[in-house]
Amino acid sequence: MPDTTASGAGIALENLSKLYPGNPTPAVDNVSMDIKPGETVILVGPSGCGKSTTLKMINRLIEPTSGRIMIGDEDVTGIDPVRLRRKVGYAIQSSGLFPHMTVAQNIALVPKMIGWPKARVSSRVEEMLDLVGLDPREFHGRYPRQLSGGQQQRVGVARALAADPPVLLMDEPFGAVDPITRDHLQDELIRLQHELRKTIVFVTHDFDEAIKLGDRIAVLRERSHIAQFDTPEAILTNPADDFVSGFVGAGAALKRLNLTRVRDVGVVDFPTASMDDPLQSIFDLLRSGATNEILLLDRHRRPYKWLRRGDLMRAKGSLARAGTLVHDTVTRDATLRDALEAVLTDNAGRVAVTGRRGEYIGVVDMETLMNNVHELLEEDRLDAVEHRHALEEQRARQTRLAQEGVDPAGGAHGVKA
Amino acid sequence: MSFWEYVGNRHAQLLTDTFQHASAVFQCMVLATVLGVLLGVATYRSEWAGNLATATTATILTVPSLALIGLLVPIVGLGVAPTVIALTLYGLLPVVRNAVVGLRGVDPALIDAAKGIGMSRTARLVRVELPLAWPPILTGIRVSTQMLMGIAAIAAYASGPGLGNEIFRGISSLGSANALNQVLSGTLGIVVLALLFDAAYIVLGRLTISRGIRA
Repeated sequence: MPDTTASGAGIALENLSKLYPGNPTPAVDNVSMDIKPGETVILVGPSGCGKSTTLKMINRLIEPTSGRIMIGDEDVTGIDPVRLRRKVGYAIQSSGLFPHMTVAQNIALVPKMIGWPKARVSSRVEEMLDLVGLDPREFHGRYPRQLSGGQQQRVGVARALAADPPVLLMDEPFGAVDPITRDHLQDELIRLQHELRKTIVFVTHDFDEAIKLGDRIAVLRERSHIAQFDTPEAILTNPADDFVSGFVGAGAALKRLNLTRVRDVGVVDFPTASMDDPLQSIFDLLRSGATNEILLLDRHRRPYKWLRRGDLMRAKGSLARAGTLVHDTVTRDATLRDALEAVLTDNAGRVAVTGRRGEYIGVVDMETLMNNVHELLEEDRLDAVEHRHALEEQRARQTRLAQEGVDPAGGAHGVKA
Repeated sequence: MSFWEYVGNRHAQLLTDTFQHASAVFQCMVLATVLGVLLGVATYRSEWAGNLATATTATILTVPSLALIGLLVPIVGLGVAPTVIALTLYGLLPVVRNAVVGLRGVDPALIDAAKGIGMSRTARLVRVELPLAWPPILTGIRVSTQMLMGIAAIAAYASGPGLGNEIFRGISSLGSANALNQVLSGTLGIVVLALLFDAAYIVLGRLTISRGIRA
C-alpha cells in the first residue's frame, strides 16, 4: 500500500504497561508496536486480553503506568489529554452518540470545540454525513434513537472523523449490530479508508473481521503480549504458534479465500455467441468440436444461457427454448470465497465473471480456482518463511549487540569477535 | 356565612396570602434546586460522599416541620428567615437524591465517548451529564414542590407568610362562625396552588428536556 497519499500519522507504542493498584500482574505488559501512517492495524484477541486497554492508552483514556506513546513526531505521553484526544478520532461500540443531541449536533461537537467558524462546521457536518452514506437533508435533525443501529454507527464514525484527525481509534465499533449490517459497515469502512488513508487502530475479538479490514493484524494474548503482528495472509498461512492458530480457528485456507478477489486470479476464456448471431453459425460453433458448450450472451453482452451440444436439437432449433439460464454470476470484485460458493452450487462447476455493467469477462471453474488457491498458499508460505528468517536475523543481531554492550542506536556496529 | 360568601368577602386577603405562599415556595424551591444540584454534582462521583449527602438530607426530612421551625426561631428570629431556611432544607432531599441518581445513571459508555472526543471535565458535565440527568432532577423538583406546599403552611407558626395564616387563625378560633371557612379556604388554596405548579412543571419539562430523550 502506498503511504505517500496517507493523511494519517504514524503511531509508536514504546514499552507501554498498565498496572492497576492492588493487582500484582499488569493488565498490559510492556507492549511495543510501530504503526505506519495510513495503515489499518487490528488488535485482536480473546476477551480480557487487554486489547481495549491498549487502545485506550493511545488516547490516554487510560493513563499508562510506564512507557511512551508517539503520534507522528510528537511524544504525547505528557501533553494535555484533552488536546491529544481532539487530534485522535474515537469510535466505540454502541456508537456512543449523545441521545439528547441531534445527529448534526453530535457530529459538530469536536469541530466546535476546536473553534472552527460556524459556516465551516455546518458545511463539514453535511460533508461527513455524505461521506458515511447518509442523506444530510434527511438525517441532519434526527435524534439518535430515531436511527437504526447501523445508522447510529455511521454517525459515530462521522463524529469521530469530523475534525479530520490523523488517527482514528475504533473499539469494537461493529460489535453490537446484526451480521448483515456489520458486513455493510465493514465494506463502508474499507471504502472510507481507501479515500481517507487515516491511521486506524481497530479492536475486535472477531478474527474474520480482522482479516477483512486489517492491513496488519496484531494477535494479542493475555496482558496484551503480542503473539504475532503481521499481514492477514501471513497469519493465516503461517501462524506463529499454537495460540495464534487456535485463534485463527479452523478453515484458515477457506478464510484465505476472502483476501483475494476474482480480478487477482486468471479467468479463463469461454466460447461465446451472441443471441443475435444467425442460428447456423451457433450450430457450426457447437459442431466444430472444440467445445461441447458455449455461453450465449444477450444484446448487452451479459451472460444469458449455457448452451450444450444437443440442446438446440432437443429444442427443435428454437434459441428461446434451448439451454439453461445463467442464474448466478460473480463480479471481478467478488472474493474467491464468493466465487467458490457459486462454482459449488452450479451443477456444471463453473461461473461467469462479469464487469461493472454486468458484461461478460470470462469464466471461473473449479480447476482454475484450485490452481490459483494452491499457488496463493504456496506463495504465502514462502513469504512467511522469508519474513520469519528476516525477523530471526534481526533478533539475533540485536542480541549480539546487547551482549557486546553496544548501544544499537549509537551506530557502532563493530563486531569484534 | 357560607364558604363562598366568606371567600367573596375576604378575597383581597386570601389573594395576598396565596401569592405570598406561592412566592415563598417558588423562591425556596429555586434555592433548594441550586443547592441540591450543586450538592449532587459535588458528591455523585464518590460512592461515599453521594450516600452521605442523600442520608443527611433524608435525616433533615425526618425532623417534624413544626419542631424545626420552633428550633429555628430562637436562632434567626420570627418571620421570613425561619420559613426560608426550613423550606429550603426540606426541599433538598428529593433534588439531591435525584441529582445523584440521575448523574450516576448516565451511561458510562457516553462518558467514555465524551472523554474520548476530547471534552474537558466541565464540558462533559454541562453538555452531557446534566442534560441527561435533567429529567430525574426535574422530577425531584416536582416532588419537592408538592411537599413544600404543605410544609409552607406551618411557617405561619413562626409568623411567616402564606396561606398557613388562614389555617392557623381558623384552628385557634375553633367553634367561632368562620373557623371552618378559614381552615377550608387555606387548605383549598394550597391544593389549587400545588396543581398549578405541577402544570407549570409539565410545561417546563416540555421546554427543557431534549426531544431525543423525552419519554
